[in-house]
Amino acid sequence: MKAKHQRLVLVIIAFAALIAAGAVFVWATRNQLSYFYFPEEMAAEPPAAGRAVRLGGMVQKGSIKTEADGVTVTFVVTGKTADTVTVRYRGILPDLFVEDSGVIAEGSLGKDGVFVATNLLAKHDENYVPKELEGMGTEQAAKMVTDTTVGLK
Amino acid sequence: MIAEIGLAALWLAAALAVLQMVSGAASLRAAQGEINPLAIYARPAAIVQAFLAVLAFVTLLYSFAVTDLSLKLVASNSHSMKPMLYKLTGTWGNHEGSMLLWVGVLAASGGLLAGFEKRLPERTMGATLAVQGFVALGFYAFLLFASNPFERLPVPAPEGNGLNPLLQDIGLAIHPPTLYAGYVGLSVAFSLAMGALMTREVNPAFARVMRPWVLGAWVLLTLGITAGSYWAYYELGWGGWWFWDPVENASLMPWLAATALMHSVSVLAARDALRTWTIMLGVLAFSMSMLGTFLVRSGVLTSVHAFAVDPERGAFILGLLGLYIGGAFTIFALRAGAVAEGKRFAVVSREGALVFNNVMLSAILAIVLLGTLYPLLTEAFDVRVSVGPPYFNPAGAIFAVPMLLVMAVGPLLRWKSDKPARLQFELALIAALVIGVIALVCFFGQFPLLPLLGLGLAAALAVAAFLPLKGRNLRRVPVATWGMVIAHFGIAVSLFGMACEGAFSQERLAAVAPGGTEQIGDFAFTLQSVTPVAGPNWTALEAQIAVSQNGGEPVILTPQARNFWSPPQSTSESALLTKWNGQLYAVIGNQAEDGRWQIRVWWKPFVTFIWYGGILIALGGVLAIAGRVRVDVKRRSAASKGAQRRADLEALGAADPVPAE
Repeated sequence: MKAKHQRLVLVIIAFAALIAAGAVFVWATRNQLSYFYFPEEMAAEPPAAGRAVRLGGMVQKGSIKTEADGVTVTFVVTGKTADTVTVRYRGILPDLFVEDSGVIAEGSLGKDGVFVATNLLAKHDENYVPKELEGMGTEQAAKMVTDTTVGLK
Repeated sequence: MIAEIGLAALWLAAALAVLQMVSGAASLRAAQGEINPLAIYARPAAIVQAFLAVLAFVTLLYSFAVTDLSLKLVASNSHSMKPMLYKLTGTWGNHEGSMLLWVGVLAASGGLLAGFEKRLPERTMGATLAVQGFVALGFYAFLLFASNPFERLPVPAPEGNGLNPLLQDIGLAIHPPTLYAGYVGLSVAFSLAMGALMTREVNPAFARVMRPWVLGAWVLLTLGITAGSYWAYYELGWGGWWFWDPVENASLMPWLAATALMHSVSVLAARDALRTWTIMLGVLAFSMSMLGTFLVRSGVLTSVHAFAVDPERGAFILGLLGLYIGGAFTIFALRAGAVAEGKRFAVVSREGALVFNNVMLSAILAIVLLGTLYPLLTEAFDVRVSVGPPYFNPAGAIFAVPMLLVMAVGPLLRWKSDKPARLQFELALIAALVIGVIALVCFFGQFPLLPLLGLGLAAALAVAAFLPLKGRNLRRVPVATWGMVIAHFGIAVSLFGMACEGAFSQERLAAVAPGGTEQIGDFAFTLQSVTPVAGPNWTALEAQIAVSQNGGEPVILTPQARNFWSPPQSTSESALLTKWNGQLYAVIGNQAEDGRWQIRVWWKPFVTFIWYGGILIALGGVLAIAGRVRVDVKRRSAASKGAQRRADLEALGAADPVPAE
């Protein structure tokens, strides 16, 4: 084998590996992508039970309830319409998780229609808004902006 | 006044970058053996520029140290009441300051290259410095036009806004500078690769010049990633050590490319093979550094790292990214064919194994890159997806497992061509270890597949790492070989930590009344009390948790829920109990209405090995550099002695002709 052929073989192997990586990506993302839902979307087209998705919206006022074990919390997430989704979460709440504030719940929809969250993302700090919450209603967005730009300018 | 000196230094440095670029390019026009009169300015320009850029950074550091509130940057990111250490580290805890640090390191490494590298032909050196100047110029422009760190406020602010409390941590003092130095070290590798490509000087001598830069950058990246991972682990309070967060991926991708480059440049130095491949990886590695900077700094991502969302800056960095990467790949496409082929080798050989390793690393890089960029792409079409561990872990493992297996065998193979039959014993040993350990662990319980594979591979790799030393006189083994052995062993240690954390971690989440006791593994923990405490710029609720192992002497852990008042924000401070065989990780949550406190405790066996492994890997890299430098110094002194001797002989020879009579 000449040196030139060897170089050609190397190029082919490298491309084959990249194509393999691309194929793995396409195959894996068909069932491993986690889609983002608003409550109204989840009500209209609920994802399959058990599939990992994310739910984003506002925590309804007065809906946060702690169960008897002291670590399981349920609350209601509202969106732009009247549709709501009840979320159950077992764990320590994020520092900035409060009523009437934005939240993203990672988890899956249970068979009973309750969203079981494995992780909650609230406003991380005043400079950080989960990107998904940017698409909220104007009033909420305006509120979020005033909340999130404290001290800027 | 001090800030104006910094700004002036920055402008001067930018002007010198232009000079360096022009002068370096002029050296390419010089005829063989001659020196273009313009070309002599490139080296001094690079050195003076290094001093000026570092000076600019030092002036900013000073402004932060004295909290000069007339500077916009200081006013919006610092606070006069902050501890001194965090005032200083706050210098790079923001967009402009961190970019200035990046440019400072870039100029400093360019200066080092210009000042100390004498082995390269002048034309290649000129081309390299021209590329380095061109890269630096883009970033000077970015700083001066889009993110001036020295901007004054019309009226000095009465008080600063403070620094994000998550960033007020010793981890921040170390993590960004090491990572940046690593990113920027790759810029030198990139400039060298482009210089060699333009002058067609891709040969082992060039590889030997490039290698310490690649190794150095790789060591710093390794340390930066290790520190960042540990910081996220204890500071974010989620108990995880890697989240496949885009920002983490942004630091992992250059590391993967640099790992491939480091191995391929070694092949080029030792065997004169893989010439164009090395150049390609050099371009790729720096492209990944730039992409990382773009992702982290442009505001496309929202995270604790994205300091300011400003579309103008994002567009600017994207423009620079396109210019450099596009330009580099264009030159590569035009010139690569002109680089002569290197030496050939058989499939079963050291080179063959290293090529396999390179290809697998590139595939993992592609997996990470696709997973990181895909959500950004779909967002443009208003489809919001997130790609997380369920994708990255298995998809990465598909390529990582074969790579690790070959890594166990590769160092045992001979250069050029080898027979598998020669390594029968070693191959059998490695296979037996992988299968044996997996079977043994399966016997004790049900565990997920990936941690199982990890445990088997870790055991095999730990033994295989030392096999290259078999049958050698340990005192005569070169330092660089020790470096390889230790780095490979570090991979095994780290893998062991990851696998144990994945397979054996235990978690306990409970609401505990003061005085109540809960059990996790061998540990009993009792919540003694929760008391308010105050720090220099925060107040906190601190829990006293007495932890005793198997009824032994209790140790007090004090996790806190902290409230910072400037900027107002709360964080959760975890408390760690480190044993030789793992860590107990405790976090305090909210208080329930009935007075009980939420406590979350993890027992993570051998989790610390993840970071010990990272440190070992970096240590291996340091040894490799030390070994190469030592050999190089010896070679230089031998060469100069030889030259001396020849000169002496010639002097004698000249006097030699004896009169005939």
